[in-house]
Amino acid sequence: MALFDVIVSKAPWEIRGQFFGTGPKPLVDRTSHFTFGTKTQEFSVPPSAFLKSCSDDGGVSIDMNHGTTTLAFKFRHGVIVAVDSRASAGSYIDAKEFNKVIEINPYLLGTMSGSAADCQYWERLLAKECRLYKLRNKERISVSAASKLLSNMMCAYKGMGLSVGSMICGWDKKGPGLYYVDDDGTRMSGRMFSTGSGNSYAYGVVDSGYREDLTVEEAYELGRRGIAHATHRDSYSGGVVNLYHMQEDGWIKVCKEDVSELLHKYRKGMF
Amino acid sequence: MEYLIGIQGPDFVLVAADTVAASSIIQMKHDYDKMFKLSEKILLLCVGEAGDTVQFAEYIQKNVQLYKMRNGYELSPAAAANFTRKNLADYLRSRTPYHVNLLLAGFDEADGPSLYYMDYLSALAKAPFAAHGYGAFLTLSILDRYYRPDLSRDEAVDLLKKCVEELNKRFILNLKSFSVRLIDREGIHDLERLPLPQQ
Repeated sequence: MALFDVIVSKAPWEIRGQFFGTGPKPLVDRTSHFTFGTKTQEFSVPPSAFLKSCSDDGGVSIDMNHGTTTLAFKFRHGVIVAVDSRASAGSYIDAKEFNKVIEINPYLLGTMSGSAADCQYWERLLAKECRLYKLRNKERISVSAASKLLSNMMCAYKGMGLSVGSMICGWDKKGPGLYYVDDDGTRMSGRMFSTGSGNSYAYGVVDSGYREDLTVEEAYELGRRGIAHATHRDSYSGGVVNLYHMQEDGWIKVCKEDVSELLHKYRKGMF
Repeated sequence: MEYLIGIQGPDFVLVAADTVAASSIIQMKHDYDKMFKLSEKILLLCVGEAGDTVQFAEYIQKNVQLYKMRNGYELSPAAAANFTRKNLADYLRSRTPYHVNLLLAGFDEADGPSLYYMDYLSALAKAPFAAHGYGAFLTLSILDRYYRPDLSRDEAVDLLKKCVEELNKRFILNLKSFSVRLIDREGIHDLERLPLPQQ
């Protein structure tokens, strides 16, 4: 982008059209609150075009999979958030212990599934917007508003190849809040969600073990179980379970346990 | 996968929508409300592509409310329907078309009840009864057979139940519950959720 500063005769988007072909109309030439204060256009090449170039046959293929299991559920004493920690790039394990929970602020958590880079970037941008909201309005942003901000960011780039499946959890004036936000613009409030390639396995375990009147310890165990069993079946999930508990006065990190040890413990109890 | 139905009577409109929000093979929510209240006597039922539905419906909803704030009176259902159609048509050939199928139901003091059918290509038709989704293939003929313009409220609910029974019997997907609302001179009323009859 440095060359654009030197060439003054043409507008940046005309030059971009020469290099990269006609892509989506750039955002810089109209005011839009979707730019969220960023001065340069976020993507000079749409992510989908970039990704296509990375997955040529015969070369190293970088597949962007939603290789993850994350889950969150509301119960009487707040919200439990449990995630696995495997970061995969195609069939290669990029990182064994990758924290997929973004601590937006002491009373808001965001989970990551899909593209780690996309989730990290947009949820950090969300953290900035939440902080600005608090400074401007002298009160904490509600979970509903925070998830709506993220959802609008996703809608602005709909169809351009972002990959984000995130749950925004928090506690505000209306009590515990849990929202699912997606790269296709979906935003839903609910009692329980699970995202990622292992989500179906997590739904199975948590749905059958859930009761409204779970004690705190039982809820921790249910969250751990959901992730552990999902990592057993899903090859793109694994590592450790990071468990958080969202309480009225903020979240606490409950534990970080290795999945293989958990599964070994469960199997011992079975036979 | 999603299903919308509307039945117009002499002085009311009955509308129902299924309450499942799905993502690939998973039901993410069982109690998802697909009806958007545009004004005291107008409902917009919206299904289609994830994200597009809520974005488009909320856009229309806020603009209808803005009209009321600016002008002091509400848009009629006919005006709201045509406004919606115009917006959908304008976006159709843009970079970001909205892939949504709609039913707009309302009650006007002057014109009485009305039901409008709109699809993602922005075709608008006023109709006495209408349905969207795969379920429509099974239920439109039932509406053709048993609909009369002078249905009472109970008869309209019975007709709706007939349609739901047919879906439970023949439709491959399990649509467990439906949210049902009725619009008349007094406004929008929530009716009982229609459950699956036990088989």
